Amino acid sequence: MNELVKRTLSQQIDGLKNGEFSAKELTQAYLTQIEEKEKDIGAYISIFPEQALAAAEAVDQKRAAGQPLALLAGIPAGIKDNICTRNIRTTCASKMLGEYVPPYDADVIERLKKNDYVLLGKLNMDEFAMGSSCENSAFHPTHNPADLTRVPGGSSGGSAAAVAAMEAAYSLGSDTGGSIRQPASFCGVVGMKPTYGSVSRYGLIAFASSLDQIGPLTRTVEDNAIVLNAISGHDKRDATSLARQTADFTADIGKGVKGLSIGIPKEFFAEGIAPEVKNAVLNAAGIFEKMGAQLHEVSMPSIPHALSAYYIISSAEASSNLARFDGIRYGYRAKDFDDITDLYLSSRSEGFGKEVKRRIMLGTFALSSGYYDAYYKKAQQVRSLVTADFNRVFESCDVILSPVAPTPAYKIGEKSADPLEMYMGDAYSVPVNIAGVPALSLPCGATETGLPIGCQLIGKVFSESLLYRVGAALENARKERM
Amino acid sequence: MQYYKGYEMVIGLEVHVELNTETKIFCSCPTTFGAAPNTHVCPVCMGLPGTLPVLNGKVVEYAVKAGLATNCQIAKYSKEDRKNYFYPDLPKAYQISQYDLPLCEHGWLEIETENGAKKIGITRIHIEEDAGKLVHDDEHGTMIDCNRCGVPLIEIVSEPDIRSAEEAEAYMRKLRATILYTGVSDCKMNEGSMRCDVNLSVRKVGETAFGTRTEMKNLNSFRFVVKAIEYEYKRQVEAIEKGETIVQETRRFDPDTGKTYTMRSKEDANDYRYFPDPDLPPIVLTREQIEAFRAEIPELPDARKAKYMQQYALSAYDSEQLTADRAMADWFEQVAGQTAYPKIAANMLISDILRMVDSESFSCPIAPDQMAKLCDLFGEDVINSSTAKKLLQRMFADGIDPEKTVREENLAQINDEAILEQEVRKAAAANPKSVADYKKGKTAAAKAIVGQVMKALGGRANPVKLGEITEKVLKES
Repeated sequence: MNELVKRTLSQQIDGLKNGEFSAKELTQAYLTQIEEKEKDIGAYISIFPEQALAAAEAVDQKRAAGQPLALLAGIPAGIKDNICTRNIRTTCASKMLGEYVPPYDADVIERLKKNDYVLLGKLNMDEFAMGSSCENSAFHPTHNPADLTRVPGGSSGGSAAAVAAMEAAYSLGSDTGGSIRQPASFCGVVGMKPTYGSVSRYGLIAFASSLDQIGPLTRTVEDNAIVLNAISGHDKRDATSLARQTADFTADIGKGVKGLSIGIPKEFFAEGIAPEVKNAVLNAAGIFEKMGAQLHEVSMPSIPHALSAYYIISSAEASSNLARFDGIRYGYRAKDFDDITDLYLSSRSEGFGKEVKRRIMLGTFALSSGYYDAYYKKAQQVRSLVTADFNRVFESCDVILSPVAPTPAYKIGEKSADPLEMYMGDAYSVPVNIAGVPALSLPCGATETGLPIGCQLIGKVFSESLLYRVGAALENARKERM
Repeated sequence: MQYYKGYEMVIGLEVHVELNTETKIFCSCPTTFGAAPNTHVCPVCMGLPGTLPVLNGKVVEYAVKAGLATNCQIAKYSKEDRKNYFYPDLPKAYQISQYDLPLCEHGWLEIETENGAKKIGITRIHIEEDAGKLVHDDEHGTMIDCNRCGVPLIEIVSEPDIRSAEEAEAYMRKLRATILYTGVSDCKMNEGSMRCDVNLSVRKVGETAFGTRTEMKNLNSFRFVVKAIEYEYKRQVEAIEKGETIVQETRRFDPDTGKTYTMRSKEDANDYRYFPDPDLPPIVLTREQIEAFRAEIPELPDARKAKYMQQYALSAYDSEQLTADRAMADWFEQVAGQTAYPKIAANMLISDILRMVDSESFSCPIAPDQMAKLCDLFGEDVINSSTAKKLLQRMFADGIDPEKTVREENLAQINDEAILEQEVRKAAAANPKSVADYKKGKTAAAKAIVGQVMKALGGRANPVKLGEITEKVLKES
């Protein structure tokens, strides 16, 4: 393995700055790594070697000419394939958009382009971000780099696996109910679901608009903060984008956790959690305590209801968001149809996978006349309760520590036959999206067999800097122990 | 046909009006009508995956102004909802509209018909986006033009207060006038920037419960609204008389046959699965913002109407007509301000000029000061009415100066009784048969004499005086 890909993002930034190696060499190192690893991992849907090398070369020329360069200039990245890239196929891992080429860039892509980023390729995912295992891709499944017989998590499975397998220096994923954090935890990398509204959704192909948020996946906490610096900020094209003070998210890293109060909600350690996961997270709590933080066991009674509310709200929004894929203007169109209704029915029946259709049915039902109050409205009421629970806990705690998922990565095929069991795996991650607060997923241990286990740090809105600070403290403490 | 077989009609109108903002409701594409297909489009209004709507603030301003002008209460908190249905002209497969919290509610307009004044309630006004247009073509089949996608609309829903086609037309005209005054739409029915859906049911006079209603969609002229109502009323009454039940359904009006036809019944109706659009935050307005919008609304038709009735002693009906179009009222006021005879100006405008101009948007080539001169000439008895009418036509067509023309062409009315009497006597002498007829009691025979004199004097005789003198001479002879 080329040494360059083993370096962290910040080490690569330094190396490029100091002239240790060129962006082209770095990009070539990743392309070689992709060539070696990709047949086993399957993290990418599309890979663009020539374009990546050309972009890297352009950065090298700029540097040689003494032009100012952004931190991320020349650093190769992978992008989840539900983020629109101009003139580059964006599939959402669906047959429906199998050949779809967007005519515009997502806001995050515009921002990365201003940073002279290098795009290695578009990453695999569960179709339309619906799933927790990356098995729902219309292209191929992605394998967990820690154990190839296991899933990488989902839906941003490709994004997590690519970073874990060093097939990209960093990646972007999207998180609607845990889709960044759970695969980060399964693959042993760092993933951030930022405050709702911090990163523009413009150009993110919507799954559930009130929950979706783009975020970075990286190998270290600091790297993650660097990428979030580059992709966040107000965007007037997204009416839910928040105007917040631009802060350097790396600023508080290194300040430690002394005096911080960490809440541990008992509802996140309920029945169904794997003992190894519980122990690893509680072990992390112990580390924080040793470093001078105060632990508080807290209760959030609404949490057990969050999962049902999430599946109703997200499916309802998805049923509407995905209605535009009708075979009329772009995307998959059935070959044979009798009339307009048949065109709709056949195109959608053939173009969407099973899980997507299941969610569309669920959401359509939940919004139907006569059922709206019992489902959608009720779910919104639960949403208010969950938000209130978080607000209450944050009156006395700076951050919340919890597991990301109740289990480590499971075998490919193990849960795919039972959607409900798959949904249960999202119980600890969805409350964060429901409340719109930020959460950082980072490694906190491993199973006996060496599978990564992650923990989740949840903060109040706009507390990303604090989460990075706390996460970096844990990361550092674990490094010192090893 | 006021109460056909003892049945009255109950009508509510849903009127869609395109707002004339420069840009679309959720993107910055232009809204201008008539561009080449799919040239006023962008990823947002095409509903491409990943795009998001951002509400154009002008749309809220314009809708609020329409609401204030129609006496609505303006919501300080409203929201936008998705109306989900599949149709090829709807790129997102949902229309962003407003469901349970519209921008404006509880308004009314007062209409004037020959039966007098009546208030028609306005249930609500909400904002929404227009859909695209399907273009059918033998060579290519059906194509989609997305230029209209995202053009801002307001939907104005009336209470079921309307009881006749005449009232429906009067309401439409009043609504159009009011909105034209606010300047938020050009309300061109022929370009589709104002269209009307009619909900109609019938019931026995005296009953209070509503009958089953049908809906007729997209009527794009006043005449079609009237025709569709008249036909549908008769159809429903006759069906009930035959013992049939009215089916709740959407019907299409065919202008060629003047009939309505079933489009889809209630069973086929969509469940639109309305829910709040998660891409758009709620619309919050402060009292100050609403008052600032109110301050920008000009004097409205009703205020002008009251002024005309008082200041110019015009009838309510004439005043209503004069104020139906802001440009017309403006022109009338300029004329009225420069003549001593505003009532003459009003009459000529209503009975003559309105026949010469485009009924959709008033524009008169006659300069107001010239028109005022004409009114003065007629009012001061310098010219008679037939000369005035002829001059008006020439002013409209060729822009002649009425005073100059009267002078140069010697068109002044002959008021000199001596001349008139002399001419009458001449005519009577030349037409003994008419004189004899008159004496036998055929008073109409006097007209023949009047006609002769008019002809002899080139139409310039004062008609009132001529009439009097003719009577006098005939009675004497």
